[in-house]
Amino acid sequence: MSFQSAAKVTLKDAQLRRNIGKATTLIREKRLRAVAEVPDWEPLRDAGEAIKAHTMATLPEQLEKLEAAVTAAGGVVHWARDGAEANAIVASIAKRVGTDEVIKVKSLATDEIEMNEALEAEGIHALETDLAELIVQLNPEDKQSHILVPAIHRNRAEIRTLFEQTIAQGQSLGNEASAIAEAARLHLRNKFLTVPMAVSGANFGIAETGTIGVVESEGNGRMCLTMPRVLVTLMGIEKVLPAWQDLEVFLQLLPRSSTAERMNPYTSLWTGVRPGDGPQEFHLILLDGGRTNVLADEVGRAALHCIRCSACLNVCPVYERVGGQAYESVYPGPIGAILTPQLNGLGSAPSLPWASSLCGACYEVCPVKIDIPSILIHLRGRVVREEKSRLTPEALAMKGMAAAFSTRRRYEAAQRLAKLGRGPIVKAALPGWTAMRDLPEPPKETFRDWWKREHGEG
Amino acid sequence: MSTAKADILARVRGALGPSPVVPEIPRTYRLAGTLVRDAAVVDLFCETVSEYKATVHRVAESALPDKVRAILGEGLRVGVPAGFRDLGLPVIEDRGLSVAELDELDAVVTGSALAIADTGTIVLVSGENSGRRALTLVPDHHVCLVAASSVVPSVPDAIAALGPDAPITLVSGPSATSDIELDRVEGVHGPRRLDVVVFG
Repeated sequence: MSFQSAAKVTLKDAQLRRNIGKATTLIREKRLRAVAEVPDWEPLRDAGEAIKAHTMATLPEQLEKLEAAVTAAGGVVHWARDGAEANAIVASIAKRVGTDEVIKVKSLATDEIEMNEALEAEGIHALETDLAELIVQLNPEDKQSHILVPAIHRNRAEIRTLFEQTIAQGQSLGNEASAIAEAARLHLRNKFLTVPMAVSGANFGIAETGTIGVVESEGNGRMCLTMPRVLVTLMGIEKVLPAWQDLEVFLQLLPRSSTAERMNPYTSLWTGVRPGDGPQEFHLILLDGGRTNVLADEVGRAALHCIRCSACLNVCPVYERVGGQAYESVYPGPIGAILTPQLNGLGSAPSLPWASSLCGACYEVCPVKIDIPSILIHLRGRVVREEKSRLTPEALAMKGMAAAFSTRRRYEAAQRLAKLGRGPIVKAALPGWTAMRDLPEPPKETFRDWWKREHGEG
Repeated sequence: MSTAKADILARVRGALGPSPVVPEIPRTYRLAGTLVRDAAVVDLFCETVSEYKATVHRVAESALPDKVRAILGEGLRVGVPAGFRDLGLPVIEDRGLSVAELDELDAVVTGSALAIADTGTIVLVSGENSGRRALTLVPDHHVCLVAASSVVPSVPDAIAALGPDAPITLVSGPSATSDIELDRVEGVHGPRRLDVVVFG
């Protein structure tokens, strides 16, 4: 389904619009306050942007350094060209460990490659431990709608009802959000303490030291990263950072941009394996999964700089109204509109670059200054050039225009023709064009005709 | 070299072309050492950490045991890292406690490596002062001791003072979630109660 068609469906859901509107309004105001108290916010953004661009330009070197450092610290590094390879690596580790269940920290990379479904097909249940992921997973008909808060389309009362029907059957949770959090705590506690293997994503991987970082709030991340015997981390190749010092930039940019806090409750940083503390077996899977295709586009590659803060979703007037599900993509909102078509191929999501009013709010809040509007326009051009048939009425019309403008004689002839028949011809050939646009009536006399009449041939 | 690795690196090199432009990184933000480290920094830390709904206590070092006893009361099973400073109360030292034994602790008292005033963050570095990671994670109540002299002004100050040798946990308030209507709610999987005792 195109974005425009999917949006028509979600726009009719008044509850969804209210829930998302309420949450994004709150977070927008909080983000402004969190950013305003940092006097060097703009220099931090400049550094963040440059670190990412620097990393991309030196990516082979950074990845090889990361692999060497992780290996030296007792970890095992795997490389996966695509999701199927990554999923097969995780499944084979789980089978060797002998577990039919793994606990998971929220990870967009694993969502991208549909790891839960792939593991399920191998008889391994992947249990989501992030509260919002759990909310989505408990309702088989639900889907994620936000990068940071996948259940943002659900309000407190809906979550309470869902929990009372699933993990807290027979209980009355009341209206306090803390009771909902408590139900999740009780439900997952025993799993954290007994399941032998966890799967995580990564916010950063430091090439210089081999250190991996996960930023989170609830402590489910700490549980997964600390308690099981075996830890597998899936990391997109673009998440590498060159130096330890780079952490000081991103640990300031990310929390204030995402949950609008000075700092998120928990950040875990670990390097390989530490005897007597945490998992004694650590695997890092470096995933391409379309990222090298994004890198090949000199304009579009900046989409790989994204640190998944979701600030662009929260300020986007289109996202706020249609919700995340209309994007039919793991990455919704402005960043999804530029990332998904590039990661999965333009043909997979050709309408997403149009899921924007180009107002530019996303660029203003982006902590690494990704120029999303310019990339959207660039991708629109690519979709028209590469994906649409040369025989569509729109493409033919554009070709005709190019011919008409090529000589003065043709241009004048075309103007005369237009005066006679533009309305009916355009309406018949491009019915979609006039569905939401008024077609101006051609003037009775062109400027050229008027000039000739007043001044004679010139 | 695995085939997948060779393929991915070849694709990356192909995508970048023969001579990619490598931009310089402007570090004009406030670097480590930019901000003054005075008493006001400790005050700021106490303020920012209390805004996360952690309870902050400020005492002289000599009053530390009394304060910890006052926070914990009597009759609790209190864990500490092996060889931890004497708190004048019965404790269970973590000399390889099992998961079940950790789960039976009512509270844990540990030190910390340093703290960040700007963000109200405590930095735990796996080792004899902060304990191993599971010790400050499984019990529901964490009493964390922070030496006033270890409070640094900013995140860059902290990163400059840390390194990759041991696992690090940055803690900013008790366990919380923003998953319900994007509002912060305290108390999910990590310790739901955090007492921060700033001493010295």
